Amino acid sequence: MMRNIKYLITGALFGIVLVKSEVVSWFRIQEMFRFQAFHMYGIIGSAIIVGLISIQIIKRFKIKTIDGEDIVIPEKKFHWGNIYGGLIFGLGWAITGACPGPLFAQVGGGFLIVAVTLVSAIAGTWTYGLIREKLHH
Amino acid sequence: MEFITQPWPWYVSGTLIGMVIPALLLSGNKAFGISSTLRHICAICIPANIAFFKHDWKSQTWNLFFAIGIILGGFIAVHFLGGQHPVAINPQTTTILKQQGVKDFNGLLPKDIFSFQQLLSLRGFIFIVVGGFLVGFGTRYAGGCTSGHSIMGIASLQWPSLAATCCFMAGGILTTWFILPYLLKL
Repeated sequence: MMRNIKYLITGALFGIVLVKSEVVSWFRIQEMFRFQAFHMYGIIGSAIIVGLISIQIIKRFKIKTIDGEDIVIPEKKFHWGNIYGGLIFGLGWAITGACPGPLFAQVGGGFLIVAVTLVSAIAGTWTYGLIREKLHH
Repeated sequence: MEFITQPWPWYVSGTLIGMVIPALLLSGNKAFGISSTLRHICAICIPANIAFFKHDWKSQTWNLFFAIGIILGGFIAVHFLGGQHPVAINPQTTTILKQQGVKDFNGLLPKDIFSFQQLLSLRGFIFIVVGGFLVGFGTRYAGGCTSGHSIMGIASLQWPSLAATCCFMAGGILTTWFILPYLLKL
C-alpha cells in the first residue's frame, strides 16, 4: 500500500494536467481531428520529446531506480492488432472524445455519465479477452 | 494563482505529461500506460475463466493506484483549480459542430450529448456506450492507448507504437470527417 502511494500522487498530478490542459475536453479532440488547432499536437509532441530526452539520459548515464534497480523498458513487438485495434480505438476516440486516461479524469471531475463510458470500455476490453483467439494479430 | 486557474498552454502541459515517464521509471521501473488498468479490472471483477485475464495483475497494482490518482486529480482540477469552463476552441470548429447539431458549448463536454437524460436516446447511447466499448476493445487489441503507445512507445523509439499511433489518428480522422456528421444528426 505505502509503496503504491507514489503512483497515486503521480496519477493525481497527471490527472490535474489532463484537465488543466483541456485534453479531457471532447471539443479539443474534435478540433485535433479536424486539424483546426495545434493545441493537442503540441501537447502530445512535447510530451514525446520530454519523454524521449529523459529516456536517453537514463540510458546514457545508466541511471537506476530509487531502489537501485536497473531501468528496463518493455519491448513492444509488432502484431496486426496494432493496426486493426488502433483503427478501432481511433473510431472510439473520435466519438467519446476521450482515451482511457481522460475517461478517469472526467469521472473524477464530476462528469458522472462518463462512468457509464468507462464501464463500457471495461466491457470492450473484456470482450477482446473473450474473442482474442479468433482475432487476427 | 491566476496562472494556475487559467487553462495551461500546450508546452507547459506537454512538458509535465512527458515528465511522468521518468517519474514512473525512476520511482519503480514502471512504463507509462493506462489502458492496461481496464484489463486488470476485468481480471479482478469478471475473470470468467478467460485465459487473457489470468495474467499476473497483482504485480501491476501500481497501475490501478495511478488510475485512482487520475480520478483524484480530475476532482482537484475541476473543483479547486478552475478546470470547468467553456473551452476556447477554434471558432471554425464551433461553427461546424453547431451546423452538425451540437448545442452546448459551456463546459469541457457538450451536455446535450453526454448526460444521463441522453443515455436512453440513440445518439446518447452511441456516444456514451458504443464509443466507450470501442475505446476499451480497440486499445487492448492495439496493445495500448495514447499514453502507452503514442507517448511512452514513441518516446522509447518503438516502431510498432508509431504504427499504432498512425492508426489511432487515421481512425479518428476518418470518423470525425465522414461518420460523426451522421451520428451527431441522429
